[in-house]
Amino acid sequence: MKILVAIKQVPDTESRIKVAADGCSLDPADVKWIISPYDEYALEEAIRIKEGKGAEVVALTVGGEAARDVLKNALALGADSAVLLKGDGQGDAYAVAQMIAAYAKDKGFDLFLCGNKGLGGDNAAMGPMLAELLNVAQANVVVKLELGDGTFRAEREVEGGSEVVEGALPAVITAQKGLNEPRYASLKGIMAAKKKTIEEADAAPTTAGSCVTTLALPPERAAGRRLEGEAPAQAAALLQALKDEAKVF
Amino acid sequence: MILVFCELKEGTIRKPSAEALSEGRRLADAAGLKLGAIFAGASCAGSADAAKYGADVIYCAEGASLASYSSDGFAQVLADTVQAKGATVLLAAATAVGKDVAPRAAARLGAGYASDVTGLAMVGGKLQAVRPVYAGKAFATTSFASAVQVATTRPNVFPLAEKAGAGAAEAVAAPAGGFKSVVKEILAKASGKVDLSEANIIVSGGRGMKDGANFGLLEALADAIGGVVGASRAAVDAGWGLPHSMQVGQTGKVVSPTLYIACGISGAIQHIAGMSGSKFIVAINKDPEAPIFKLADYGIVGDLFEVVPELTKSAQGMGIGSN
Ligand SMILES: Cc1cc2nc3c(=O)[nH]c(=O)nc-3n(C[C@H](O)[C@H](O)[C@H](O)COP(=O)(O)OP(=O)(O)OC[C@H]3O[C@@H](n4cnc5c(N)ncnc54)[C@H](O)[C@@H]3O)c2cc1C
Repeated sequence: MKILVAIKQVPDTESRIKVAADGCSLDPADVKWIISPYDEYALEEAIRIKEGKGAEVVALTVGGEAARDVLKNALALGADSAVLLKGDGQGDAYAVAQMIAAYAKDKGFDLFLCGNKGLGGDNAAMGPMLAELLNVAQANVVVKLELGDGTFRAEREVEGGSEVVEGALPAVITAQKGLNEPRYASLKGIMAAKKKTIEEADAAPTTAGSCVTTLALPPERAAGRRLEGEAPAQAAALLQALKDEAKVF
Repeated sequence: MILVFCELKEGTIRKPSAEALSEGRRLADAAGLKLGAIFAGASCAGSADAAKYGADVIYCAEGASLASYSSDGFAQVLADTVQAKGATVLLAAATAVGKDVAPRAAARLGAGYASDVTGLAMVGGKLQAVRPVYAGKAFATTSFASAVQVATTRPNVFPLAEKAGAGAAEAVAAPAGGFKSVVKEILAKASGKVDLSEANIIVSGGRGMKDGANFGLLEALADAIGGVVGASRAAVDAGWGLPHSMQVGQTGKVVSPTLYIACGISGAIQHIAGMSGSKFIVAINKDPEAPIFKLADYGIVGDLFEVVPELTKSAQGMGIGSN
């Protein structure tokens, strides 16, 4: 079994968000980059499959030199090899899906794992787009995965519960919190990763789908009102305000 | 044409789909386009209601192969209909199904996709989408490079607008089947209550609730004002037996209710990412410096164990939940 884990480097949520001079992209000055947390579940799942039934795990990211960090970490966690596809990994999901599809096609992958969305951009699009471009099955927002003989059974989160998706491999599975508990890299893993090399390739040319034309900070929320007094008075004042001012009731 | 994928639940159009249709009508009027609704399933009974929200044409792909949801099967239906009818915009609600099928259909059409949008406009005949990014710390305006443009609309954001359309019914062919993946089983059935992402009023509890059993206080308040109960990640992860489906935030549900009441929640950025789109925010917290107060329209500094039961009692007295 051969597994491709697509991971994305994203700004840490705690980062201060500033708009760059072009008015449409993120000013990278104060940004701390991390692996998108959903990708950690994807990577962990791949490593567990490798430990369980044996698999070759390839970690891939689209990005520049700085994106090597997430690949080094993936190698330390147990990925067998890593690929840096040089291209814009922060832009249009359709473009990224095409880059990954062009790289992965004809390489015999049985399973593609990635996060259900990239933290921050929140497009939730790359996985299903990759599945379509490779003409394979998909299951999104997966919290439990079982592999059979050329088949999969996935539980995915839906409104008010979960549903079971069954299909044939190869498949794209996008991970959600709950799929597993990601491990930390061990010292041994970190040492072993130093001996592994990161393959580099230029991303294939793509057709653009969409682009961000302006990035703007949200309007300030108007200052709120504190309701004073003891609990009964506060409760009564709140309900009155919600009824008369906010007209919620 | 603007085509809107609509989901049915027990023979009625799901509210998020009706919202997408309403927005589709508005965009179609602005651009002088027709509005089509597309349904897929074993039966499309109930699809005629799309006319209420302005659909000029109602397409139905009815067939045994579509009895259970299939990502590739439904994506094929949507993409084929877009092409056959010459639609330039495909919308769906950003539901579990919508978010699963729309990007796949987009890739099939070679189209750009904007996910979970909170604003749409037609500018010079092209779709433009606005969506929150970076945990709601910024808004991105997205334009499309492709001829066909695909977007999913965030539930509870676009107002429902009833406007009669011609609603001419037209069958479209259902694929033969043999799909790559299919939904086999629904595991946890919806509890009968609306899902958080569709709820109009949410009462959420955080670590300040101290114990899962205390969520009964929030249930009582929610019942009194017609709401549903959510939670912060700290509460979900505390081992109190609260399911992840209750979690609001960056790694939980993104919600946009009319009213969000945060009880014993500090207001961490990852929590705010999930609820800052709420129209009115109430914070109940004993710490006057809690960051949640910066966001709150109404703040109560106090002990939630005193305030929440008082709210429930007063709401019951005012008969709020009944109207
Ligand atoms: C990658 C990542 C993703 C995350 N995703 C999410 C997410 O999706 N959703 C989410 O919520 N968090 C998320 N978090 C966690 C987030 O950072 C916070 O830790 C979490 O939101 C805190 O929850 P809380 O407000 O309930 O708890 P706390 O921050 O501990 O706040 C508890 C509050 O309760 C108040 N309180 C205590 N007792 C009382 C009382 N008797 N009456 C009134 N007030 C009282 C306290 O004053 C305090 O303000 C994420 C974190 C990371 C790193």
